[in-house]
Amino acid sequence: MSLLHKRLFFWSLFIAFGIYTVVVFTDDAGDDMGAEYFTQEAANGKLLYQKYNCTACHQLYGLGGYMGPDLTNVMSANGRGEFIVRAFLKSGTQKMPNFNLTDDEINDLVAYLSYVDKSGISPVRDFSINADGTVEVFSNGAKE
Amino acid sequence: MNKPTSILFIITGLLALLLGIFFGAISALQFILPGFFEVLPFFKSRPLHVSLVVAWIFSAAVGGIYYYLPNHCNLPLYSKQLPRIHFALFILTGLLIIISYMLGKFGGREYWEFPPVLAIPIIMGWVLFGFNYFKTVMKKKEPWPVYLWMWATGVFFFLFTFSESYLWLLPYFRNNVIRELTVQWKSYGALVGSWNMLVYGTAIFVMEKLSNDKTVALSRLSFLMYFLGLTNLMFGWAHHIYIVPSAPWIRHFAYFISMTELLILGKLIWNFSHTIKQAKDTYGNIASRFMAAADVWIFINLILALLISIPAINIYTHGTHITVAHAMGSTIGINTMILLSSCFYIIEQTNKATGSGPNNKLIGWGFWIVNSCLLVFFISLVAAGIIKGYYTVENELSFQEIMQKTAPALTVFVATGLGIFAGMLLIVLSALRKLFR
Repeated sequence: MSLLHKRLFFWSLFIAFGIYTVVVFTDDAGDDMGAEYFTQEAANGKLLYQKYNCTACHQLYGLGGYMGPDLTNVMSANGRGEFIVRAFLKSGTQKMPNFNLTDDEINDLVAYLSYVDKSGISPVRDFSINADGTVEVFSNGAKE
Repeated sequence: MNKPTSILFIITGLLALLLGIFFGAISALQFILPGFFEVLPFFKSRPLHVSLVVAWIFSAAVGGIYYYLPNHCNLPLYSKQLPRIHFALFILTGLLIIISYMLGKFGGREYWEFPPVLAIPIIMGWVLFGFNYFKTVMKKKEPWPVYLWMWATGVFFFLFTFSESYLWLLPYFRNNVIRELTVQWKSYGALVGSWNMLVYGTAIFVMEKLSNDKTVALSRLSFLMYFLGLTNLMFGWAHHIYIVPSAPWIRHFAYFISMTELLILGKLIWNFSHTIKQAKDTYGNIASRFMAAADVWIFINLILALLISIPAINIYTHGTHITVAHAMGSTIGINTMILLSSCFYIIEQTNKATGSGPNNKLIGWGFWIVNSCLLVFFISLVAAGIIKGYYTVENELSFQEIMQKTAPALTVFVATGLGIFAGMLLIVLSALRKLFR
């Protein structure tokens, strides 16, 4: 393979990657998903989620740690909901430490989890599998 | 201690590996024994484990490149001072990250949980490394072997993707959870691709030296494989976010790109008998032995990676321990085996003058303990993942019920994880003894 061919391959890929990156960055797929729930409290909650490293144990959309449950829909799941979430945040559990959160911090985290809850569904259970291995998801859009 | 900076990077990497596996063992025990080692709860021990293992990979890869360029590629470093500054920055940042985790000071996202300000010295270190690397290799008049391309790609894409992973600092990305997760995993997927370029480049370099065959690194096939790897680095990351409701075309495109890795699998199968013969012929050489193990692990991990890149399978495996099996199998089985091969190759070279090699017997024990434990460790994670995936999607059991069902597999995972730590102690302490002399 000549140097010219190598350079041609490399720069073609690089330019395609640049265009692809811009398209991914500007994709608006998530803009309508629960956006009205993204309040200032939810924005604070997002940063608190990072400050207390919740991702070490919990997942959002299946991404994160394995010690605790996925929190994507914790606010609307059967047997969970805001009351349970507030209780866990206030006191911790056998596995989850008590972070001594203030009431404001709990409100912010609840607001963030409420926003995430409206953005989609995880895990996905309502789907069909196509012959080419792709999956058609029937209910993974924003919640009403 | 008056050691070249390249060796200091490798020593630091080996120490980080031992510490990383130690914290990994603590994290794993906390999985089955709630309350174990309470001074360092899971939300602290896990990032310590991950960051130290990532530090091992980068430190050993970078140390190897600093060593190989002047000593084996006939390319004296453009600056001998810059690696020292790079090393000082690496140590200082590493210590600050460890302290921040110990104190529970976070602020970043998964894998880079440390306060975001610490990303600045990391970027500075890589800019120095990249500047020195490009200034050094640009002096080469002959065609670049493929590993020089791979190292260059790894350096550039690390800087790009690491910076990209901090776009969450901008409200445009942070305030939309779908966009944030999409861009986060775009950057993480390519970032792993960037360190794979550094590590696989090192593998090709070491294999060239061990086989004394300089044609491989210049061959058309090597470059085609490099461009295939680069394509996957750039576009093949979205299997991480198949269930995130981002634009469908992102997922479909990534699915197509991921399947191009079938070509790599085909090449491995094609070369299988040759690989086995070579492994038998060079079994006495420690560097060759670790490289042969990496070959086997590439085969196993590639099959798993291909399977979980199929959306129909991914919908069951996503967010389960199968993802952990893939990550652990790749970082220990592939990256660590290749980098240990590189470390022992360097040790053999530096010890040629004194005529004393590392303790082969101890390393041999460690090698088999690590690899056999890793195999069971890997299988137990896959088993736990299958159980979790099935009961999550098909039976809708609660998290606690699923955890109870995965407990036996996770107990095996913890026991074999401790075995990996024991085996790695034998290997790494033997290597360190030689490097400290």
